[in-house]
Amino acid sequence: MVRYALNRLISLAISLLIASVAIFLVVEVAPGDPASYMLGINAQPDTVAALRTELGLDVSKPERYLTWVSGMLGGDFGTSYTYRAPVAQMIADRLWVSLPLAIYALTLSTLIAFPAGLFAASRRGRAGDMAVMGATQLGVAIPNFWFAMMLVLVFSITLRWFGAGGFPGWDAGLGAGLKALTLPAVALALPQAAILARVMRSALIDILGEDFMRTARAKGLSRRQALWRHGVRNALIPVLTIIGLQFSFLLAGAIIIEQVFFLPGLGRLVFQSITQRDLIVVESVVMLLVFAVIVVNFAVDLAYAAADPRLRTRT
Amino acid sequence: MTLLSVAALSVSIHDTPILKDVSLSVAPGQIVALTGESGSGKSMTALAVMRLLPEGAEAQGRIALAGADLMARTEAQMCAVRGNDIGMIFQEPMTALNPVMTIGDQVAETILVHGAMGRAQARDRARAVLARVGLPEDRFPLSLYPHQLSGGQRQRVVIAMAIALRPKLLIADEPTTALDVTTQAQILDLLKGLVAEEGMGLMMITHDLAVVAGMADQIVVMRHGAVVEQGPARAVLSAPAQAYTRALLEASGHRANLPEAAPQGALLQVRGVSRDYRTPRKRLFGPHGTVRAVKDVSFEIQKGERVGLVGESGCGKSTLTRALLGLEPVQAGQILLDGQPVYAHGHPNLAVRRKIQVVFQDPYGSFNPRHRVARLITEPFHLLESPPTGAARERAIAEALTAVGLQPDDAGKYIHAFSGGQRQRIAIARALIIRPELIVFDEAVSALDVRVRAQILDLMADLSRQYGLTYLFISHDLSVVRTITDRVMVMRAGEIVEAGPTEQVFDTPSHWYTKALIAAAPRLPEGIGGSDAARPAL
Amino acid sequence: MRRSLALGAALTALVLAGGLLSFVWTPHAVDGMAIADRLKPPSAAHWLGTDHFGRDILSMIMVGARTSIAVALVAVGIGMGLGVPLGLAAAAHKGGWLDEVISRGNDLIFAFPSLVIAILITAVFGAGAVNAIVAIGIFNVPVFARLTRGAALSLWEREFVLAARVAGKGRLRISAEHILPNVANLLIVQGTIQFSLGILAEAGLSYVGLGAQPPVPSWGRMLADAQTMVALAPHVALMPGLAIVLTVLGLNLLGDGLRDALDPRLRRRRP
Repeated sequence: MVRYALNRLISLAISLLIASVAIFLVVEVAPGDPASYMLGINAQPDTVAALRTELGLDVSKPERYLTWVSGMLGGDFGTSYTYRAPVAQMIADRLWVSLPLAIYALTLSTLIAFPAGLFAASRRGRAGDMAVMGATQLGVAIPNFWFAMMLVLVFSITLRWFGAGGFPGWDAGLGAGLKALTLPAVALALPQAAILARVMRSALIDILGEDFMRTARAKGLSRRQALWRHGVRNALIPVLTIIGLQFSFLLAGAIIIEQVFFLPGLGRLVFQSITQRDLIVVESVVMLLVFAVIVVNFAVDLAYAAADPRLRTRT
Repeated sequence: MTLLSVAALSVSIHDTPILKDVSLSVAPGQIVALTGESGSGKSMTALAVMRLLPEGAEAQGRIALAGADLMARTEAQMCAVRGNDIGMIFQEPMTALNPVMTIGDQVAETILVHGAMGRAQARDRARAVLARVGLPEDRFPLSLYPHQLSGGQRQRVVIAMAIALRPKLLIADEPTTALDVTTQAQILDLLKGLVAEEGMGLMMITHDLAVVAGMADQIVVMRHGAVVEQGPARAVLSAPAQAYTRALLEASGHRANLPEAAPQGALLQVRGVSRDYRTPRKRLFGPHGTVRAVKDVSFEIQKGERVGLVGESGCGKSTLTRALLGLEPVQAGQILLDGQPVYAHGHPNLAVRRKIQVVFQDPYGSFNPRHRVARLITEPFHLLESPPTGAARERAIAEALTAVGLQPDDAGKYIHAFSGGQRQRIAIARALIIRPELIVFDEAVSALDVRVRAQILDLMADLSRQYGLTYLFISHDLSVVRTITDRVMVMRAGEIVEAGPTEQVFDTPSHWYTKALIAAAPRLPEGIGGSDAARPAL
Repeated sequence: MRRSLALGAALTALVLAGGLLSFVWTPHAVDGMAIADRLKPPSAAHWLGTDHFGRDILSMIMVGARTSIAVALVAVGIGMGLGVPLGLAAAAHKGGWLDEVISRGNDLIFAFPSLVIAILITAVFGAGAVNAIVAIGIFNVPVFARLTRGAALSLWEREFVLAARVAGKGRLRISAEHILPNVANLLIVQGTIQFSLGILAEAGLSYVGLGAQPPVPSWGRMLADAQTMVALAPHVALMPGLAIVLTVLGLNLLGDGLRDALDPRLRRRRP
C-alpha cells in the first residue's frame, strides 16, 4: 500500500513538472511583450526596458522558468504586471470563492447522482429507469452556463428567491455566502450529476451480471441486499474515476459560471488578466488549477486502493 | 423419502421453451448427476430449483424440497431457503467471489444473512467451515481476498459458503470444469466426503461422463431441455436404454482410428529453449522482474509423427506454442524447422513459417467476424511467394473445405452462420490450405461437446491418412491426447518431465507427476463407451 | 432502442440541414440591423423572435449552426486523425517504449483540465474559431487514442489475430486489416459523443468571448449577448440554448442508438 502510494506520488511529481514546463512554454510563445503592452504604444524604449527589468523579463528563459517554479514552491507566485500586487494574494482571495463553489457543486452532484443511479439500476428497463435515463440524457445535453441563465431567469428574476449574481463575501456570514453560491453550484452540478448517474447505473448493471452477484443471491441475499452489499462497492471503482475527472470539469466550468453570476472567483481573475495580457497571473492560475486536478487524481488513485484490495497487494 | 422432487417442470424464456416436462428427484445422502451437452438445459434446471431463473423466464410444474412446495414461495421466502436449505456452487471460481470482500466475510455472510447466529459465532463457524473444505486458518487467514487464492482454493471458498449452514441440498453446476485435473480430483473428493458425512443430497451438473461415473448414484441425461433417460448410474452407464445416451457414451470414450505413423527424419528441432517473461517493475524506475515460463526444453518431432503435449494450466505449454510458431523470441536455445530457425534476427522467419500452421481452441474467437470464409481460410496464402489466384484459388478453397467435410459454397458465408464444430473444421481448413509441414493443434477440441469432439478427432485421423499429417497436439485432456497421438510429452512448471510413446507413458508412467495426472483423470469404467472396448479407455 | 436512433438521427439531420440551408437561404438577413424590430417575441414573421439588434433569431441560429458544426467536426477529425493511429500503434507495440510514451502522454493530457487549457491556448494565441478548434481537438486526441488502444489490446489477444500473425502478416497490416475494422463501431459511437462535447465546448468558449469572433455568428456568443436582456426578453436567451440542447441531445441519442445497432452481439457465451 505504501509502495503503491509512493509510486503514484512519483508520477504525480513528474506530471506536475511536465505540466509546468508546458504551461511556461505556451505562455512564453505568446505574442506581445507585457511591458510594452502595459505602457502603451507611445512608451519610451528605456521606460519599457526598465519595466522589463522590474518584471524580471530580461533574463534568459530557463532562468525565468526556474525563478517561477522555485517561487511557486515557496508560495511566491510573482507580481502581477497590471496590479503590481503579489499574485499569490490575488489568487488566495479568489480561491475562497472558487474552491467552495467547486466543492459545493461536487457534493450536490454526488448526492443527486448516487441515489438516481442506484434507483435506475435497480429498476432496469422499467418506468423508473426510463424516467431517470431520460432526465440524464437531457442533463448531459444542457450547457451549464445556459442552464445558469435559465436558473437566474426563474429563481432570481421571476421568483426572486435568490440574487441574480455577485458575492457578499464570507464576512456576511456562512448562510449568505452559501446562498449566493447556491444557484451557481446547482448550475454546475446538475449536468455533472447526469453524467455521474449514468456511469453509476451502467457500472451497477455491469456488476449485476457478474458471477459473484449470482453467488450472493444463491446465499440467500435478496436482490436489494446483493446490490447494496456487493454491487455498490464494486461499482465505486469506475464511479471514482469519473468523480476525479469531474473535478477538473467543475473547475473549468466554474470559470465560465462565474461569468454568469459575476462571482469574484478565479475565472474572473483569469479573464481580466487575459484582456490585460497579465500573463504571469494567467500562468499561475492555470498552473494552480492543473495542480489541483493532478492532486485530486492522486487522491482518487489512493481511494481506488482503498476500494479495491487487488491494487494494494500488487505494486 | 425424497429430499428434492421436481415434477413436470417446464420453463420458457419469452415464449421460447427451454425446459420441457423435466422430472427428477434427489434423496438425502444421494448424488444425482445431470448430464448432457451444452444447451441441454441442465444448468437451467438447477437455476429453476433455486428460483433464480433469468429475467423473463417463466416456470411451470412442481418443485418440492422435503415436501414443501418451492414454486408457491414468495421471493422473500425463497431468500430464506437459498443458502440455508439449498446451497449452490458454480463453475467459474475465478469470478464467483466478490473481489473486494475477504473470504472470511463472504463465508460469514451466508450465516449472518439468515440471522442464524451472532457476528462472533458466525466468524467461528466460517473458520470451521473453511477448515473443513481444506483451508485451515493458520495457512489461509479469513482476511485473505479472493485474488490471493488459486482457482481450486477459490472453489473451496465457494463450497464453504454453500455448506456454511449445512443445507439439506447442495447444487453444483460444473464445479470442476474450470479446474485442472489434479485439482478437480480433490474437489470431487471433497464433495463426496461432504455428502457422506453430512448426509446432504447433491445435485451435480456436469458434461463429463467420466466424472459422472466416478461420483453419481443416479444419472439424468438431458437433451434439448428434456430428460432423455434416467436411472441408477451404474445401470444407465453399462446398459443405456436410449440411443442418445449410447451416442454420448461412445463419444466420451471415443478413440480415433489413427493410421500407423511413418517417421521420416527430423522436422522440428527444439534445443534448450527457455522463454522469460517480464513482470511489472516493482518500483517506478526499478528493473523488470522476469519469470521463466519455459525452462531449457528440448525435443524433436519427426516428419509424419503425431506428438502430444500435456500439462495443467500455467505449465508453459501456451508459451512454448507461441515460441514454436515464431510469434515471440526465445531467450535461450534454438527452434529449427527443417533445419532453419523460426525466429531469426529479431523477426519471424517467413520462409519457415509457411511450413507451420495452427488451429486454436476457441471456435468463436478464431475468426474475424467481418470476413467471409473464403477470405478467412486463404489468409495463410500471404505466406506464399506467388499465391494462387482466380480459378486456382477457387480450387484450393473448394478442396480445403471439402477435405474438412464442408461444402465448397460455404466459402461465401460469414463465420456466424456456422456452429462451433463447423468453425473448428474451418480452422483446420485454414491450417491445411497451404499444405504446411507441421500443424499445431492448441487445445483445438477442448471447447467442443463430446460428440462434436469425436467427429473432429475422426476428421484428424482421416486427414492423417489422406495427407500424412505431422502435428503437435497440445491439450490438458489426457484421454484425448491418448487417442490422437503416437508420442507424448508431459510438461510441468516449464519443463518436460517425461516423454515417450503414448501408450507406454500412459500405461507405465515413470515420473511422479505423470502418475499423479493419470491417477487424477476421471475415467469411464472398463467396458463402457469407446469404439474399441477392448482397449482400456482412460 | 431503434426509437432513440431514429430521434437522434432526425435531430442531427435537422441541425445539419438548417446549417447547410443557411448557405443559400435564411428567413431574414443576419447582417442587417433593424432597431425598430428589436427584442420582438416569436411571431409569424419571426418564428423565434428577434434579438437586440432586431435580427431574426431563427436565421442567426441557422448560421450559427455552421460554426458549431464546423468547429466540433474538425476537432473530432483532429482527435480521430491523430488519436486512432497513436492508439493502434501503442497496442501493436504493447509494452514497448512507443506504447509507454503514448500511454503516459495520454495520462498527462487527461490530467489537464481541458477547458482551462483551452482557455489558456485561446488567451495566448488570441481568440478565434481556429484556436478553439485546436484547443478542443487536442483534448480529443487522448480520448480516441485510449479508446483505440484499449479495444485493440483485447483484439490482439484474440485468436483470429494470432492466426493472422501465424499467416505472416506484419503489425501494420494486421492493424489495418483486422484491428481497425473491429474498432470502427466504437470509434463511430465515440465520435458522435465527442462531436456533441465539442459543440458544448465551442459554445462555452464563444460565450466567454474566446471562440468565434464577430461577425461570425455563433450560439455561444448569442447567449453572451442575451445575458443582460434575460429579464426583458427571455426568448433571446432561450432559443439559442434550446438549439444547443437539441443538437447535443440528438447527437447523444444518435450515439446511443448506433452503439446498440452496431453491436453485433457476436460474443456468445461458450458452453
